[in-house]
Amino acid sequence: MKTSLLPTIAHRLAIFAYVIFALFPLYWLFKVSLTPNDLLYSEGVRMWPSRTTWEHYSFVLQHSAFPTFFKNSLIVSGSTAVIVTICASLSGYALSRFNFRAKYWIVGLMLLTQMFPLVMLVAPIFKILTPLGLTNSLTGLIVVYTAFNVPFATFLMQSFFDGIPKDLEEAAMIDGATKFTAFREIILPLTLPGIAATLGFVFTAAWSELLFALMLINGNNAATFPVGLLTFVSKFSVDFGQMMAAGVLALIPAALFFLLIQRYLVQGLTAGAVKG
Amino acid sequence: MTMTADVYDRRQDRRPWQKRLADASEPYLYSAPALILIIVVMLVPLVVGISYAFRDIQLLNPFSGGFIGLEHFETLSKDRAFYTALKNTLWWTGASVFLQFAFGLILALLLDKPFVGRGLVQALVFLPWAVPSFLAGLNWAWLFNPVIGPIPHWLFDLGLMSQPGNILSDPQYAMWGPIIANVWWGIPFFAITLLAALQSIPRDLYEAASIDGASWFQRFWSITLPFLAPTIAITVLLRTVWISNFADLIVVMTGGGPADRTQIVASYIFTQAFKALDFGYASAIALVLLVLLLAYSMLIILLRQTLLNKG
Repeated sequence: MKTSLLPTIAHRLAIFAYVIFALFPLYWLFKVSLTPNDLLYSEGVRMWPSRTTWEHYSFVLQHSAFPTFFKNSLIVSGSTAVIVTICASLSGYALSRFNFRAKYWIVGLMLLTQMFPLVMLVAPIFKILTPLGLTNSLTGLIVVYTAFNVPFATFLMQSFFDGIPKDLEEAAMIDGATKFTAFREIILPLTLPGIAATLGFVFTAAWSELLFALMLINGNNAATFPVGLLTFVSKFSVDFGQMMAAGVLALIPAALFFLLIQRYLVQGLTAGAVKG
Repeated sequence: MTMTADVYDRRQDRRPWQKRLADASEPYLYSAPALILIIVVMLVPLVVGISYAFRDIQLLNPFSGGFIGLEHFETLSKDRAFYTALKNTLWWTGASVFLQFAFGLILALLLDKPFVGRGLVQALVFLPWAVPSFLAGLNWAWLFNPVIGPIPHWLFDLGLMSQPGNILSDPQYAMWGPIIANVWWGIPFFAITLLAALQSIPRDLYEAASIDGASWFQRFWSITLPFLAPTIAITVLLRTVWISNFADLIVVMTGGGPADRTQIVASYIFTQAFKALDFGYASAIALVLLVLLLAYSMLIILLRQTLLNKG
């Protein structure tokens, strides 16, 4: 059967339109970050400036607090991703391999946390963390982000564990290994792709979080990237080149992690959606 | 009788009691770290937050904190800004979910067909999803800004605008700004989920249908859609709840303005807590939002159950 030409052309054109729509805003961000200040207004709508410069990047890296924001965000997102993945591997394993009385309560509790508006927690969390000295601190943010991300990560890890046959650890236990040894030595190494995907998901989520960071942090020392960029925007809303250079820098870690987990996205999200 | 059965069971179970205890507690030990975190950081604040709704809690007022009953809810019932926010939430959620779903479905159908370079195209069109939401908001706010962005100039050239102005400061159209940003950002989620569902449809069904002479539309209507229906139902439900709570784009792009035209309930709660520092009132609004969302979810689940029973 010969496929006709017209639908094929229409198909490619539609795909092309989607790619343009998806990439154009990011392209524009990058373009303005390279445009020298004197051309910014005169060449506003040109697709590419007649001269380019990296000066916005060097300014942002040398004369602003963005390196601090970047470091803070890296610490917060990295720690959150690692702690969540450890907790979620354990709880995901429990949900996947054991039948116990509280199992349905635990699943129910985790589903509930996905349903209610997190905005509702802004005020109480602020009130609870203040006397503990955890506002304005990276530790406070890590604790909050870890708890927010554990439920989804647990479902994600559970679906990866479900994909590994039970015979493997039963065989190991017949050979005399305890269940925990079997989990550590046999099951965990097989779940490495799942662990990578969970790390990536949680890192990206923590990297993007804005509302709680705005509420819990004030001042530059403990500010994460979203807060820093937003403060910068409301203070100096004319330095477009620098803001967009900072934006491109904020995009890099998230985009890297996205490329890392891209392959597992379809698998992971389906699992999450079905469980939800 | 139960006694003897119990004794019998115990005799059968030859493990020493320490071992039995260890085995029974094992799943709890595995789930303990996750559970403790969820209970301490989410469940306890949730309960505290519900109690705030009935108390006078203002951060800068040391004399606040007393129990005031339903006073917040009385104020709320007369709060015009709240009703505007409720209306805006419906508009924001409805338009965002519908457009994300429609364009996501089309994209999934396009990607379901094999072609050269599909892997690369897939990575590129899914990229917006990796963009942090605050950055997506800023990025689109800049695109809509006539000083730095091209969109106002394009609209002007097309004759849709009398002069290149900022759509985000136009009370009539401001809401379209965050909606477009949200659609751009959210299409990949629907496309990924629907693509996964599409790929699980058995291919021979389509072959059989085309041998029988079914047109593309007939195949789509009687094979693709029924297979996708459960995924569509779940993702639309989840996304509706999620998007109505999603204040990031609005906080970043318009801050609820101009004149509250883009204020949704979620961003209104945030404004009350963050700017007015009135935690009691913010919690009361949040409680109303929670009840509305629960009612919506229940309604959808009931509706689905009724439809399933009929079918």
